[in-house]
Amino acid sequence: MDNKMYVSSSPHFRCNTSTTKIMLDVIIALVPAVIASVIFFGPYSLMLIGVCIASCVICEYISRKIMKRDTTIGDLSAVVTGLLLALNLPVNINPLIAVFGSIVAIVVVKQMFGGIGMNFVNPAIAARIVLLVSFPNAMMTWVEPFWYKAGVDATTSATPLVTGDVSYVNLLLGNHGGSLGETCAVALLLGGVYLVIRKVISPIIPCVYILSAGVMSLVLGQDPIYQILSGGLLLGAIFMATDYVTSPYTKWGKVIFAIGCGVLTILLRTFSNMPEGVSFSIILMNILVPLIEMVTTPKAFGKAKKAKGDKK
Amino acid sequence: MESKLTLPKKPYRTYGGVHVPHRKYTANKQSVEMPAPQFVTISMSQHMGAPCTPTVKVGDTVKIGQVIGNSDAFVSAPIHASVSGTVAKIDKVTVNDGTKVDAVVIESDGKMELYEGLKPPVINNLSDLLKATRESGLVGLGGAGFPTHVKLNIPTDKNVDTLIINVAECEPYITADHREVLENSWHVMSGVYALKEILGLKRVIIGVENNKPDAIKVLKSIAAHDEAKYNEVAILPLKSSYPFGAEKVLIKACTNRVVPMGKLPADAGCLVMNVASIAFLSEYMKTGIPLVKRRVTVDGDAIKNPMNVIVPVGTSVKEVIDFTGGYKAEPKKIILGGPMMGSSVCDDSLFIAKQNNAVLVFSEKEARLQEPTACIRCGRCIDACPMRLMPTKICRAVNTKDISAMLDSDIMNCMECGCCAYACPAHRHIVNNIRLGKQLINAEKKRTITLKEGK
Repeated sequence: MDNKMYVSSSPHFRCNTSTTKIMLDVIIALVPAVIASVIFFGPYSLMLIGVCIASCVICEYISRKIMKRDTTIGDLSAVVTGLLLALNLPVNINPLIAVFGSIVAIVVVKQMFGGIGMNFVNPAIAARIVLLVSFPNAMMTWVEPFWYKAGVDATTSATPLVTGDVSYVNLLLGNHGGSLGETCAVALLLGGVYLVIRKVISPIIPCVYILSAGVMSLVLGQDPIYQILSGGLLLGAIFMATDYVTSPYTKWGKVIFAIGCGVLTILLRTFSNMPEGVSFSIILMNILVPLIEMVTTPKAFGKAKKAKGDKK
Repeated sequence: MESKLTLPKKPYRTYGGVHVPHRKYTANKQSVEMPAPQFVTISMSQHMGAPCTPTVKVGDTVKIGQVIGNSDAFVSAPIHASVSGTVAKIDKVTVNDGTKVDAVVIESDGKMELYEGLKPPVINNLSDLLKATRESGLVGLGGAGFPTHVKLNIPTDKNVDTLIINVAECEPYITADHREVLENSWHVMSGVYALKEILGLKRVIIGVENNKPDAIKVLKSIAAHDEAKYNEVAILPLKSSYPFGAEKVLIKACTNRVVPMGKLPADAGCLVMNVASIAFLSEYMKTGIPLVKRRVTVDGDAIKNPMNVIVPVGTSVKEVIDFTGGYKAEPKKIILGGPMMGSSVCDDSLFIAKQNNAVLVFSEKEARLQEPTACIRCGRCIDACPMRLMPTKICRAVNTKDISAMLDSDIMNCMECGCCAYACPAHRHIVNNIRLGKQLINAEKKRTITLKEGK
């Protein structure tokens, strides 16, 4: 018999999930949105997605090397960040701007704070906000869907949040101007359902986010369905607000976080100069996560006052 | 409190838990009694509490059931010879937690003769029962090895009205309790009735995970005639989820009572017994043969013929495995107990103790653990924790050696069931970290005590 035995502390069984598998599930869930973006905005959108993913992965690799830490590109989290960033950009943006966004997301927001699990705000959203502030024109010029078929003269259009005249059907299908991944509500919902079924995300955050945004729109006299389907709300609610690292891990924390996101989104949309409020609301709530977790820590089993027998 | 207690129809809500693969491959195999090995090595620490001191000398002739080790301490249980023969030597051996304790090595004469002094105990009242239980050497056979007579000696100020029999057996692979119920069902039930009567308990709830339908059926059929008359014994099928066999979880599922933090089941009015313990107790009342052998599940992907073996206490793990047919793959990990809470040992030369309910041997494929990666704060450990703790938070406190933060996050309430580490996608060694934290706290406590005494 060989002397070399594995000796370890219990449990000796582990479930067969891993960070890589979870990230892969998120990528799979984003595939419908990617397909929709290719249909509406042409093959150029694939190029933009490719640029973002590649630059994110390269940034992650280089920054880990410089910091003399283990390479973590294998966990695919940089791919997810790149993909989400690309889906938040308009299709006709200069790819160099996209690369700049990737650097902000991976190097500044993620790796400088300690890499995966340590960033206090969502890297993709932080990058989007930096780009929005730095390049407001490029970030807020959207082209009509199917512009690539119409020839060289791309007609620019505003997001339906500004125009307010797109039908529900077109909002659902994504046949309107906007960022790559945010237009097609059906594709996003499909991805969300996949994530919930695969138990990657809990349905609490997306559902409460959407619900509270709807209620808030009603309160402010907006059309709730229009508000929910337009802009980046669904993309934010399903894929950005549910980011493990930057959302609370307690159940009630998730509820509070999502209500905050929903209410802030509609408030910002209604009262701020920016047409969109999703990114800002999520990033604001990201910052509050430690506080939310502090107040929503569940009471340990048996810590409560002794329960008095069975209820008769 | 004289209102009649109801029997639960279905289990009450519990928290957390994970779905581990069952892998109960040995559930349908009849247990096999192992013949006496050439030598048995019986350690003097087979239970929680004070170790025994040997009461025999080298060269003494002993017979099965003869006391070979005893202690004056209350939390302790006597140890008996498991084979007949002569005491070959008394030596220090390493037990599965790595410490060295005294052990009596008996060379078997192959006759397996019973000690003449054994006779069924006469039990008329509670103190007879406690005395007999101590003499039987019974410890909790579910794995913890807590001396049973201590458990039965309920303080008078505690109003214990419910006996819970633990047949959950939620650990993967292990089927020792399951086979106990099937092969020894009448002893199980007569033990239940005897204990209920002597202790004056008002109801008995037998919690069985619903992955053992045959065990539920057998117990129900025996309990049927009683239930019609008194309605005081219930067989409660539980969801097959880990860790339903944990005492506090089982109490919550069976009675909806919560054991207060840092307290015992008696504080929630419950007495929890493992099914093998109660079957043994009932057998002991009839025959007077003390605890000298036990049923052990031998399984794992490196074992050729997985089965339950009835093993004399003190047999070496290697001999038990050889008896079942040996290895079919190169063994890379040996676990005494279940894969979730058992301890992995460094070779197969250790000896079966009273509380060992399984020997699992894994090949390279099952044995290797993945390298931990960074925590991604997914919160799965929190969802999995049956004690509603925040494993991530505790780990952070342990990593920074922040003792007050550890205590704030109720680290001492952790029972190390392993759900958090099982569920962790980053494969982090959460339970190991928590154990480390508990040790830090204990060391700190000792330090403050010595400081105070020094003044």
